Amino acid sequence: MRQVLTPSGGLDGTAPLDVELTRRLYRAMVIARVYDRKSTAMQKQGRLATYAPFEGQEAAQIGAAAGLEPDDWVVATYRDAALMWAQGYPWELLVAGRTGDERGGRPPDHVPVLPPSITVGGHMVHAVGLAWAEKIRSSGRIALTSFGDGATSEGDFHEAMNLAAVYDIGCVFFCQNNGYAISLPRHEQTRSDTIAQKAIAYGMPGVQVDGNDLFAVYETVHEAAERARSGQGPTLIEAVTYRIGPHTTADDPTRYRSDDEAVEWRKRDPLERVRIYLSERDAWDDAWEAAIEEEAAGEIDRAVSLAEAMPPLGPGEILDAMFETRPPHLDAQRRQLVGEAP
Amino acid sequence: MSAATSTVMTMAQALNDALDVALDKDGDVLVIGEDVGRTGGVFRITDGLLETYGAARVIDTPVAESGIVGAAFGMAVGGLRPVVELQFMGFSYPAFDQVINHVSRIRHRSQHRFSAPMVIRIPYGGGIGAAEHHSESAEAIYAHVPGLKVVVPSTPYDAKGLLLAAIADPDPVVVCEPIRLYRAVKEEVPAGWYEVPIGPVGVEREGTDVTFIAWGAMMKETRAAASALEEEGVSVEVLDLRTVVPFDADAVVASVSKTGRVVIVHEAPRTVGFGGEVAATVAERCLYSLHAPPERVTGWDSVFPLKRSESQYLPDVARIVAAARRTLEA
Repeated sequence: MRQVLTPSGGLDGTAPLDVELTRRLYRAMVIARVYDRKSTAMQKQGRLATYAPFEGQEAAQIGAAAGLEPDDWVVATYRDAALMWAQGYPWELLVAGRTGDERGGRPPDHVPVLPPSITVGGHMVHAVGLAWAEKIRSSGRIALTSFGDGATSEGDFHEAMNLAAVYDIGCVFFCQNNGYAISLPRHEQTRSDTIAQKAIAYGMPGVQVDGNDLFAVYETVHEAAERARSGQGPTLIEAVTYRIGPHTTADDPTRYRSDDEAVEWRKRDPLERVRIYLSERDAWDDAWEAAIEEEAAGEIDRAVSLAEAMPPLGPGEILDAMFETRPPHLDAQRRQLVGEAP
Repeated sequence: MSAATSTVMTMAQALNDALDVALDKDGDVLVIGEDVGRTGGVFRITDGLLETYGAARVIDTPVAESGIVGAAFGMAVGGLRPVVELQFMGFSYPAFDQVINHVSRIRHRSQHRFSAPMVIRIPYGGGIGAAEHHSESAEAIYAHVPGLKVVVPSTPYDAKGLLLAAIADPDPVVVCEPIRLYRAVKEEVPAGWYEVPIGPVGVEREGTDVTFIAWGAMMKETRAAASALEEEGVSVEVLDLRTVVPFDADAVVASVSKTGRVVIVHEAPRTVGFGGEVAATVAERCLYSLHAPPERVTGWDSVFPLKRSESQYLPDVARIVAAARRTLEA
């Protein structure tokens, strides 16, 4: 398993990022954690629909996005808000989506991120298709698709990996192995020793990396992205991490795992090791931490305010994005919906 | 391309011509599916396209229906215009998750930011004595998915024009191609690009006593039944639905309001077949013009039978004529 930054903040090899960029990514992980905890709190207050927390996976998501170019496609899941935000998806739209507003699924025009897939696994082939289109156009853009260990049991994982390999598609398969497919532990999902080794069968490189190590994730994704960009095809990355929280706010993890496990994983916290690393280089102190936490809280609060200030879709508007132009039968249904004569 | 303004061709040739015209006109169009390149497709609809347009645009894929449709979806979201070929209706089901969960939804999910302007061509229907899974008619299953358009041509002219309209459409279109009619008849098909609009039904034959409504392969039996009755002096109006969704309810209502009698014919199983939607529309909007209850002549609610029992299943002229007589004698 590739590791650059050890849990105690020590360096194994060379840091792939300079201190200033490391500080930026650390700050990004801080704001991601604030968003995540705020979302869980809002769900408990009834302000959000079900929420799928990602605490513990911040380095995997922020590190992965850092390895991409700003116009590379990201096709991710419901647990990937930090990754999507880091690639340009605004917090207020991520919040809006979780409040149950369709407009949360519409990123601004320049943002190369699809709204999250809720079904498991089907989205990986979308990234293959997007990257395929870019390859046909020779645009230099690639796609990264993010998924969990659970999704590797889906048939579409196989079809996506196989198609990408056969046609040398510039797609990075980024698996956040967080230990569980809801309740099913990783070792009961597959007989493979690692998820990364599955790449061998498809004829592509597979790399297992410490998913709580910002440097290792960044470096591995960057290498895979540049490999894809240069026409050498896909890579499977297994970022080994841990979901500190429940599968969703509707889940009770005590039914399938012990608290001791999370306690152990907290010792490998992805923020802590960067904090130590920066501190040893005089690039982190309590005052800065307090300042960025306050900024983060303010930024997320503003996003929540914006999302909650959006009025709901107007009467009939649920029919307005089914097709580019509303066909006659939807016109008729819309009149019925809003109470006009049919 | 031929200098002639039109050529007599089969539906198979007309579909091939449509793909040729589209690939030639628009560099974003590509054809993707199993065996569509070297062999020209299991029904040879894509014959010769690989040689003309190359392997980057006429893509032979591994056997992976979900992956093909999902990847084509990604291509479409990314700005290309993929035309997918699935080999048989029964083989479209592994891709159904992609169709119902993503292809049909991305415009709504992203509130118009992303769309999937793609075509899924699916040969369908029985009467060719094929193996299991090769004879289904699942147009109603696709019609029940909000966000999809579904067309079913029955003539070479319409096949080319509807396929080109589907390729030009900004939203996903499922094109159900009647296998049995691929090479059954020939007719004049114009050269170059023309579109048969998605939506409007074709009024094939005007009449005053009874309306026949059918689509796809069943148009053959329906036309024959209409001719048989006309020899007896019955005036039959024949509608070829051509597009299942968006359903042209107004045209159906106009016709049935005039004739007061309707026979709906489809090959798919009866229960929740699209004929039910047509009959419900008639009941809602022209009940008081009816002289007789609507009749449905359909496949049965059975698995599509194998070769030796096919004739038990498929609607035929006798069943359609008998249904029409019931409406006339009511």
